[in-house]
Order: sequence, then C-alpha cells, then structure tokens
Amino acid sequence: MKVMLRGFTLFALLVVFGLSNLAMAKEKYITLGWAAWDPANALVELSKDFTKSTGIKVRFEFVPWTNFADRMLNELNQGGKTFDLLIGDSQWIGGGAVNGHYVKLNDFFDKEGISMDDFLAPTVYGYSTWPKGTPNYYALPAFGDANAWVYRKDWFAKPELRKAFKKKYGYELEPPGTWTELMDIAKFFHGRKIDGKKRYGVAIFSERGSEGITMGATSALYAWGFRYQHPRIPYKMKGYVNSPNAVKGLEFYKELYDCCTPPGHSDAYMMADLDAYQSGQVAMMMNWYAFFPGIHKNENVGFGKTGFFSNPDQLSKGATLGGQGISVVSYSDKKDLALQYIKWFATPEVQKKWWKLGGYSCHKAVLGDPGFVKSQPYAQGFLDSMQKVNDFWQEPFFVELMLPMQKRLHDYIVGDKGTAKQALDKLIEDWEEVFEEEGKL
Amino acid sequence: MLSKINRKLLNMSDRSIAWLFTLPTIILLIFINIYPLIWSVYLSFTNFKANRRGMEIKWVGTKWYEKILMSEDVWANMQVTAHFLFWTIFIQAILGLSLAIFLNRKFKGHELMTTVVVLPMMLSPAVVGVFWSYIYQPQAGIFNYIINFFIDFGEFTMIGDFVLAPWSIVIVDTWIWTPFVMLMCLAGLKSIPDYLYEAAEVDRASKWQQFIHITLPSVMPFLMLAVLFRGIENFKMFDMVNELTGGGPGSVTELASIHLKRAAFEKWRTGYSSAFAVILFVTVFGAGSIYVKFLNKLKEK
Repeated sequence: MKVMLRGFTLFALLVVFGLSNLAMAKEKYITLGWAAWDPANALVELSKDFTKSTGIKVRFEFVPWTNFADRMLNELNQGGKTFDLLIGDSQWIGGGAVNGHYVKLNDFFDKEGISMDDFLAPTVYGYSTWPKGTPNYYALPAFGDANAWVYRKDWFAKPELRKAFKKKYGYELEPPGTWTELMDIAKFFHGRKIDGKKRYGVAIFSERGSEGITMGATSALYAWGFRYQHPRIPYKMKGYVNSPNAVKGLEFYKELYDCCTPPGHSDAYMMADLDAYQSGQVAMMMNWYAFFPGIHKNENVGFGKTGFFSNPDQLSKGATLGGQGISVVSYSDKKDLALQYIKWFATPEVQKKWWKLGGYSCHKAVLGDPGFVKSQPYAQGFLDSMQKVNDFWQEPFFVELMLPMQKRLHDYIVGDKGTAKQALDKLIEDWEEVFEEEGKL
Repeated sequence: MLSKINRKLLNMSDRSIAWLFTLPTIILLIFINIYPLIWSVYLSFTNFKANRRGMEIKWVGTKWYEKILMSEDVWANMQVTAHFLFWTIFIQAILGLSLAIFLNRKFKGHELMTTVVVLPMMLSPAVVGVFWSYIYQPQAGIFNYIINFFIDFGEFTMIGDFVLAPWSIVIVDTWIWTPFVMLMCLAGLKSIPDYLYEAAEVDRASKWQQFIHITLPSVMPFLMLAVLFRGIENFKMFDMVNELTGGGPGSVTELASIHLKRAAFEKWRTGYSSAFAVILFVTVFGAGSIYVKFLNKLKEK
C-alpha cells in the first residue's frame, strides 16, 4: 500500500511538473533587464498593458546598481540569451553597437513609422546613436535622466534663516542659480542647528568603485566648460580635459566636498546621498531625477518639504546625463517579440502613461504638452536639464576610460593627493594610453 | 578476469603502486593548477582581453611587465600592501602570543573565553567588511563613540580619512585573525613539557628567563608558521578591504589584489593582469621559499 501511495504521488508530481512546463513553453514571453530601482516598478506596471494588448508576457530581471554593469556587460560579452530587451546605460551604446550586442533598429523604425524626431534630440543623441550623432540607432530613448538637485524647501522658508542668510551673503536664500551660490548655501547650512539637530550642507557623489565621483564631479566640470576633446580633432584632450577652467571646476568640487558634506561621506553614491537627505542631515543633495518622484512622496522630506532644481550654471551650462535607451539584444531568440514591445513602447499614449507612473519619457508628445511643466514639481527642472546634458565617453571600451577617471578624481578630491591640475594631467595620460591600445591614437 | 587484475596488482612494485595512487591527483593538479598557470604566463605576453569575442591575439613581448614595473601607481599599491602586511603581522604576532600565554593559564572560564576569542575568525571576511563599515560610521558607529568617550576627537572618519583609512583595515584584519595566531601559539605552548619549567625552577631561573629560554624558543616555530600563513593570506587579501573601503579614499587602501581585480575583471585587460599576477606569484613564491628555509633552520636548532 505504501509503495502504491509513493508511486501515485510521484506520478502526480510528474504530471503537474510536465503540464506546467508545457504551459510555460506555449506561453509567449520576453525577458527585460534593467536596474533595480524605483522606475523599474513603474515599468512593471506599464508593461501590463502590453501583455493585455498583445498576449505577450514580460518577465523582468532587475539588478541592483552596484552589480548592474558587471552583470549585464558580462551577459552581453558572453553572447547570453537571458535577455531579449535591455535597458542599458547610455555609455554602453558604443560597445553594444560595435561588438554586435544590440540590434540596429533603423530598418525597423522605418518600417513601423517610428521617427526619432518625435523624441528629444539630446536623448536620441545620448541613448540611441552610434557613432555619436549619426543616424544609426541601436536603442529607443526609454528613460530620460540627468544629475540634478533637491533642497529643503521648508528650511529655506524659515524667516530667521532667510534673514541670517541675507545678512551674511547679501542676497535672498533661494535655490541656487550658480555653483558659487550653491557653495554659499551649503556653507550656511553646514554645522547649523535646525529644529534642535545639527545639519550639514550638501550630499554629493564621492563613490570610488563604479562611476559615482565621475558623475558628481563632471556636474561641476561641465558648468566650468570642461570638454573631453577638441571639437574637430577626435581624442585630442590636452587643453580641454585639463583646461584652466576645468581645473577651477575640479578645485571647486573638492572645496565643496571638504567644506560641506556630512562626516563619512567619502564613498557616497545614489543610495548614500538619498539616506543623508531623507534622514534630514543635509540641506541639499545631488542625485538623478529617477529618485525625485520617491523623494516627493517621502514621509520625512516629501509632500512640499522638498524643492527641485537643475544643475546650476557657472561659466557655461551643463548637466551630467543619466538615463537609458531600450535595446533589442542580438543574441535573443525572440527578437520579433522584443521589437513588438519597442513598437508599443514608442507610441505617444504609452509614453504619456509612462510619465504618469513615474517614468521619465523622452517623447515630445509628453514633454511638449502644455500641462507637462506643472504636472510635477520636478518637471521644469527635468526639461531644463535635458537641454544641457553632456555624457561621458561612450566608446565601446568606456569602462577602461571610466576607471582611471574614478581613480584620479577620488585621489584628488577625497584622498587629498596632488593638485587638480595634476589629477587632470594624469587622467589625460591614462586616457591616451587606452586610446593608443585601442588604435585610436 | 578479476583474478587476473588482482594478480597484476599484487605483483606491482611499491613505486608503481605509489604512482597509481598519486596519478589522479597529479592529473587533477595539472588541469586545475599547472595548466592555468602556464596559460596565464602565456597571456601575460599578449594583448588578450577576455571580454572581446573573436579578438585577434597579438604577441606584445614584455610590454606589460615593463609597464607594471615602471608604474608609479603599481608601486603605490605595493607600498599599501606592504604597510598592510607588516602592521597586521606585527600586531597579530604580539597580540596572538600574549593572548595564548594568557589563555594557557588554567583559570575559571578559560575554555569559554577561548571560544569567544576565536569567534571573529569564523566570520566571512566580506561580511566583516560590511559590518565594520557600520561600526566605523562617523555619526552612528560605535567605534567613534568609544574613542570619543576616552579622548574627545570630535567628528572624525576612519574609512574616509586618507591618513586613518590604512589603519582602519589593519584594525579589522587584526580583529579577525589574531585568534588564529593565538590558536597556533596555544598549540605551541601546550606542547612544552612541564618538566622543563620544573627544572628551570630548580635552577632558580626567573619567570622572564623561563619565558626567553623555554617558552619563546618552543613557541617560535608555531608563531612563524602562523606568520607565514597570515603573510600569504594578507598578500592576496581582497574581500574584506574591498567591502570596507573599496580601495579608497583615493587609492590609499588599494591593495595589489584590488588593483589586479580591477584590471582583470573591470577593465578586462587580461594580458596586463596576467603579467601582474605572475609578478605577484613570483614575489610570494620567492618570499615564501626564503621564509620556509629560515623556518626549517629554526626548527633544526
């Protein structure tokens, strides 16, 4: 009897397992890879409409930012078939195109009537094209983003603080328009007691391991006119990367780090900045727009306590580009289904809903809408930022360019090693070495 | 058939049987150790990058070796490694020996105390790195609180300060691995026969003389073995430091292993990183061989 019972149980299990496998095999689905952060949840919600209209299910694999690049780039380098669609970082576009990881989308766009003119030009340039600026598209702009700022609107509104600030600096305490003003405000708040607690000036990016300090410092460098190369002579970096103004910009960022960040802020990126801001330690924080909807609804600092502003100007305008395009992975066996998703995602209706759910659409139908600016308190800043964004190198070997910059900047800004000029001079040497190895110089 | 095999086995010489037993291990070692080693030596003379599929591999001669040996940054990494090695071994040897002498005395609860002392050693270094980053947290961490309780330094950061950061990793490594050195020394202390001390008592030798002439020479081979293990381990230390400081601030805690990992698995400069791995291997192998010879001489004494 016992043997019969065991046999029956085993049979039943095999039947259930077999049937579920059969059902899975028959089910049409695609797998989409992205970073694990707030906007990913919005995408899950949005994609339900795609499944409803096409019957194709979307599975997701969201990887924490700390492992995102390693995980995804290794997958691509190995020709992995895990992902059919990938929302990859803007810097990956060169490698995606040159190494054949991404499907070129020009013919598909032409066939389906998808026009890149319907998307904001800087986002098309930043997320979709390779070589840069040419009409060769390897991604559809999916999620616009830039490095920007939040500030404690409730503290800025306190009459006694406004009075004290005006007395000290001679102008009103308002969101800063320049980096100099930002420094004044940061110094003003740093170490000050507000509501009985000691507060600090700013939370800025200082992370060493991946891209943090580069993303933070370039926000200042671009505002001082930093350029990666001669506008007409590719890879000629001397006099641009280490121009006198770039040196001043870097010195400024270090001064800001030294004077006004909370103690122990030596290896901070997105999450550490968020922690510092949301716990009420700092008056201002730099971070990506992606986090702003969450901050706006945060119980400690949201619901009117926070204001938003785009990256301040100085000698010129500039902001560090974040965000991503969505690409079809060339190794996928379901490219046709993945392309269906892109076609659906590119429609204005879907893009409008994307923005509504918390995704930063790059579609002109959304951004050009008369009600867009007032739809969210950070919408105006987002529009302003996207008009002045700059991105890091997007060469296929961008990681080899990123890591030396991380090292040189961290050595100087956090490690107190050498001068800003020396850091940028060494950076040029590092980059020239990489470009020589890659046969570009 | 079976009896035929049995007969053959019975007729085998000792030498043949020895080969028969060791051959599987030798083959395994060749495949998982020797072959990769030889392959990485070959790669160190090429421009190979593991993330470039279908890339043409070119012979670059000794380019990477020259680059590494001439690089200021690599020498800075080696200095960081040397600082870490010297101080961790030095402090752990002194603390480990002292703890062993203390715990070798039979007092009430010494067994429980020994168990408690060895606990840090049982934790994963990566986990230790993560939770020490909380302990070092300048505002909420307990480390600053304790220091400021005794001497008020005000706000300071251990892992964010370029002077203090190298010491922060020394402290954590000492916390984890002193128990290991202690255990080794304890084994040495337990092996000393009591009659040596009794004879010394009869000869009216002082406690200090007993320590210098009996305890220390007996424990020294064990201590030196512990130092060898710790030296090799710390030369390739990666996980704890990577989690705790990530090599920063700047590069002041960027050990050779962190530099190697970044070159190999972030920049994917496989040729370069192979060359650096070979240099590190030769360094460890050379230093280890000299040390073992010295250790053997000491044992002979």
